Amino acid sequence: MRHIINLEVENHSGVLARIAGLFSARGFNIESVSIGKADPDETAHITLVVRGDDWVIEQVNKQLNKLIDIIRVTDVTKAKNNFVGRELILVKVNCSPSKRIDVSQIVNIFGAKVVDISKSSMTLEVTGSESKVNAFLEIMQSFGIKDIARTGTIAMLRDFNG
Amino acid sequence: MTGAEMIVHSLKKEKVRALFGFPGGAVIDIFDVLYKSDIPFYLTRHEQGAIHAADGFARASGEVGVCIATSGPGATNLVTGLATAHMDSIPVVALTGQVHTHLIGNDAFQEADMVGISRPITKHNYLVKNVDELPEILKSAFYIAKTGRPGPVLVDIPKDIQQISTSMPYPDSVDIRSYKPTLKGHTPQIEKVAYAIEKSQRPVIFAGGGVIASGASQELRELAHKIQAPVTTSLMGLGTFDETEPLALKMLGMHGTEYANYAIQEADLLIAVGVRFDDRVTGKVSKFAPKAKIIHIDIDPTTIRKNVEVFLPIVGDVKHVLTELNTIAKPADSKKWIDQIRDWKQKHPLVYTKDSSSIMPQYVVEQIADLTRENAIITTEVGQNQMWAAQFFNYVKPRTMLTSGGLGTMGYGFPAAIGAQVSHPEATVIDIAGDGSIQMNIQELATAVLYRLPVKIVILNNQSLGMVRQWQAIFYDRRFSGTCLRRDAACPPDCDRSGDYCPKLYIPNFVKVAEAYGAAGFYGDKPEQVRPLLEKALKTPGPVIVEFRIDEDENVYPMVPAGAPINEMIRGMA
Repeated sequence: MRHIINLEVENHSGVLARIAGLFSARGFNIESVSIGKADPDETAHITLVVRGDDWVIEQVNKQLNKLIDIIRVTDVTKAKNNFVGRELILVKVNCSPSKRIDVSQIVNIFGAKVVDISKSSMTLEVTGSESKVNAFLEIMQSFGIKDIARTGTIAMLRDFNG
Repeated sequence: MTGAEMIVHSLKKEKVRALFGFPGGAVIDIFDVLYKSDIPFYLTRHEQGAIHAADGFARASGEVGVCIATSGPGATNLVTGLATAHMDSIPVVALTGQVHTHLIGNDAFQEADMVGISRPITKHNYLVKNVDELPEILKSAFYIAKTGRPGPVLVDIPKDIQQISTSMPYPDSVDIRSYKPTLKGHTPQIEKVAYAIEKSQRPVIFAGGGVIASGASQELRELAHKIQAPVTTSLMGLGTFDETEPLALKMLGMHGTEYANYAIQEADLLIAVGVRFDDRVTGKVSKFAPKAKIIHIDIDPTTIRKNVEVFLPIVGDVKHVLTELNTIAKPADSKKWIDQIRDWKQKHPLVYTKDSSSIMPQYVVEQIADLTRENAIITTEVGQNQMWAAQFFNYVKPRTMLTSGGLGTMGYGFPAAIGAQVSHPEATVIDIAGDGSIQMNIQELATAVLYRLPVKIVILNNQSLGMVRQWQAIFYDRRFSGTCLRRDAACPPDCDRSGDYCPKLYIPNFVKVAEAYGAAGFYGDKPEQVRPLLEKALKTPGPVIVEFRIDEDENVYPMVPAGAPINEMIRGMA
């Protein structure tokens, strides 16, 4: 199973190394990591995407909790109220001037943006869930993808309405 | 106060009774302050000796062990000791010097990324980048080392930080928002445990190092008597439960007693207290305690369900949990079971050949137990010596058996004995050693002699690296590769000890080594010499080496082959 785990951590140097070291030492697999300063700024927010069976995920959660610099571990995929997961990608596709209209149409359908354009390429920005982002990339493959940069998933729990 | 002064001030505030270490360029400032302080400092001959001594001090006393080393090679020499303390959950604070902050990352002279190197082998570590953070970091280091599941904490302190002044005071306490160990167990879970005990007919208590760390031997004893359950211990748990008691099963696992392993395999309820189900304990995990519901009490949630499935987990400090459990626990229905245990103990005791013409290592250990009336602090090296010491000495009190259980560090026992002797100046401290292991830190004889620490080293000399040799004898068809300590340049590569050429020369001469360091050295190779030489060693003031030549073919039994269920034991070679 694929799990999205949110971490609130002390913004100390070496925190990422502790997490990376834990995963490599114990043989856990990280699919993606995204990290950014949070508010208040002594803490940082990290989202990990981890694959593993229940045993692995239980150990991942416990071992992360054990690291002294980690304040809170939340497995958002396990939360009752569901969550919002988003990823941002930049993708540069081959695009001659004659193809620009075609690309733009797909960009519109996906609610993506054109952020750069040249004689032979277009750079596009798309934000969304993992499945949306993957669908977008699949369609863009027919034009020829020159480069991709992706942030990895970040996630937040939904508040319960009711 | 300068950073260096703050460090020594911190040692005083933490009531550190001994500091073990070795100086160097990056810690001169700290040593300069120590020069005028009353903190007892023990100069070892190697940094590894310093950290094992700090570890031995911690294990024997229950206090935090402290050591100091310089940057680069001094600090990297602590690595094995940090890993040793980490695996066995021993509270140690290691202070290391670091190059100037402006040189960090420049590949400066004697620079090593100590925080990076020690990250996976410490409970936590710090690089001090600002002298104003130093007081809180030092306080946190001691706090983290000794609370929760204890462990080593390393504080890396650049030279300029030691020289700059800070006006920040040393705090009386720290509150770390991301570190809050759970002490009290979940009461409804404890009630369920009491119920499971009452319904049980074949309960076994399995106690480990966590009981010692928590200081809960008394509570453990009370529980065992109240519910009428036999108690087995891991290597780390030796001494938590008086092994002379009828309910004691002694050690379980790979070299455990037959009756402990049978009891585990037949138990219907296994109450595991302060243990982590190491592979040397469980053997083949899927066949471990197959009939038992497992209750697991431990302060570290990561140990629970890490290796075995657990029926009732309780996260909490062992002493808290057992105290609460003892108020509600009722006896198990274990009368027949206790009879069965007694029967197994009578039929399958630990045995060895008593009428041998050569010295039996088990006999040596028994004689040490007898002469000290089981009232000594024993340390061990690692290998056969360690297992014989675990099997043939009856441990009656916690903190009397100091051994590298998790990491299995050869060379641990002697410096650990030095640390234990420093913490208990009046105690009889004996390192039960092999001839391989003792050579790994033998330089500390200088430390023992000069600081008048009367540690006794008993070397069981089989002229080989016995435990590996034992595996070669049993599982590798006697291909004794790299394990003979008499091997010389003319030996054939494929010696199986059947050829004509076999060197007689054994080096070193341990008696002369002892004498070279100003210690006493005795030698014996006949069984009748064992007791008189041990008596003489115990009466001799100061450190003593007693070397006994033993048969290289003597192995440790019973033995569960790695990966087999623990009731499938080898009892001896045909």
